[in-house]
Amino acid sequence: MKKITEIRWHGRAGQGAKTAALLLAGAALKEGKYIQGFPEYGPEREGAPMKAFTRISKSPILIHCDIVNPEAVVVLDSTLLEVANVTQGLGDEGILLVNTKSSPEEIRERLKFNKGKVFTVDATSISLKTLGRNLPNMPMLGALIKANPLIKLETLLSSVREKFEKKFSSKIAESNISAIEKAYEEVKLE
Amino acid sequence: METIKAMTGDEIAAETIRQINPDVMAAYPITPQTEIVQIFSEFVANGLVDTEMVRVESEHSAMSACVGAASAGARAMTATSANGLALMWEIVYIAASLRLPIVMPVVNRALSGPINIHCDHSDSMGARDSGWIQLYSENCQEIYDNLIQAVRIAEDKSVLLPVMVTFDGFIISHGTERVKILEDEQVRKFIGKYNPRYPLLDIDNPVTYGPLDLFDYYFEHKRQQVEAMKNALDVIKKIGGEYTQLSGRSYELIEEFGSPDADLVVIAAGSTAGTVKGAIEELKEEGINAKLLKIRAFRPFPQDEIKQSLRKVAVVAVMDRSASFGAVGGPIFLEVRSALLDEERRIPVVNYIYGLGGRNIGIEDIKKVFQDLIQIRKTGKVKNLVNYLGVRE
Repeated sequence: MKKITEIRWHGRAGQGAKTAALLLAGAALKEGKYIQGFPEYGPEREGAPMKAFTRISKSPILIHCDIVNPEAVVVLDSTLLEVANVTQGLGDEGILLVNTKSSPEEIRERLKFNKGKVFTVDATSISLKTLGRNLPNMPMLGALIKANPLIKLETLLSSVREKFEKKFSSKIAESNISAIEKAYEEVKLE
Repeated sequence: METIKAMTGDEIAAETIRQINPDVMAAYPITPQTEIVQIFSEFVANGLVDTEMVRVESEHSAMSACVGAASAGARAMTATSANGLALMWEIVYIAASLRLPIVMPVVNRALSGPINIHCDHSDSMGARDSGWIQLYSENCQEIYDNLIQAVRIAEDKSVLLPVMVTFDGFIISHGTERVKILEDEQVRKFIGKYNPRYPLLDIDNPVTYGPLDLFDYYFEHKRQQVEAMKNALDVIKKIGGEYTQLSGRSYELIEEFGSPDADLVVIAAGSTAGTVKGAIEELKEEGINAKLLKIRAFRPFPQDEIKQSLRKVAVVAVMDRSASFGAVGGPIFLEVRSALLDEERRIPVVNYIYGLGGRNIGIEDIKKVFQDLIQIRKTGKVKNLVNYLGVRE
């Protein structure tokens, strides 16, 4: 029963993994999908390892449990590679996307991971350049939908514009959009 | 026209309260409160509702303010969770005893200690004898639908009781899902203008709320409360039917899912009911017929519907997301088992306590429960009446 696409996000509190997980869900809804986006909350302290989850499906999603066999895993912070079991449950077709300057081959070697597909993107540098601060969540979203075309880029961009314009300003919305577009271009597959 | 949105449980609860547009919302605005009143207070600040927002100094005062407002003749609401509900305890009983139709979302979270902010049902299950109607929601859509119906149920003249609409903390309260939202006008027409039966402020028809009531009439008042709760069974069904007309989504006291003729049944309330549905779909592919009986209304307890649903089954597992210390199992289990006692055919009922303090419960856990049921069906023997699912022992 693998009709549901499941994504697990690993980040450190404050890096925006929850926002990304929920925003992706909201964007998929715009394409008529059924969705879930939820975080795994622990003690809330900045920098602590945390997880968030996204489910996308063409039919209603009934289950309410953690994701154990994700189709894709997104790691927002490469210092988590040794801290969290990021490849747990990834299948033979699974996608691992890591925010790092390293190449996919180097990550594979570092994790001794020999399944699926590994993608890397330097979302931290992109974020520093476009946003002026280290907030890798939006560029990682751009890289994810290139690695795994869950939704159209335009749908993602319009969702981001809507959310950020409402919450912040159109200037912040635009810099997040260029971060997403840049990561979408730059993401590397081995 | 309905709109479809991605919203968290807290967001949709706040949005529903905006549509209900209560006269008074009283809330204690910091932890253990949830985002519901934070979001709703923005609606108040932005002039989107006519509600008088009362920021009180504790949950005890929040419920007290609701009691005051509702007695005066206002449509009053608040929202709470876990220790917040525990702190308002004294007044929770009083709200029900004074027959005040207050509606309150309760985000189901564990009671401390040790300190835990995650989901279980020990908060609302503790309030099961307080005289409040309790509707358990499986997902974000049901929060919306249940809250709207709760206003009508509470205010029905044969009921006049407060209603808790519960949903699972974090799993649903902080989880984004697809929700269908009716137009404001449709909701306001459905709930109607509030006509309080005995408002204190109607000085031409003076009434008293909460006077001394000793051995002379207290018992009669309690007896009436019992009757009102019983009346709620039919009212919940009636309002559910009307709401189906409006929304196309059906609401009964219980919900059944899976093969109607399956003889293996799991009973659950809250978000886990959805996970049970997922397990049942997988089992079907494996050639196993199974059924879910979801408890939507726990108070009043839908004994007849449950008996009817279980009449022909072989074996039943009841999932409880709370422990009743010293009792022979969790609260839902005890009631289900008791309901089946006078059936001619003895049906084995087993209990699974699970998910305390937010412990994850997955499809595999539920499949394990069904495997246990298959064993019981085969051998006719119950090894453990009460089981603890997913705990380290």
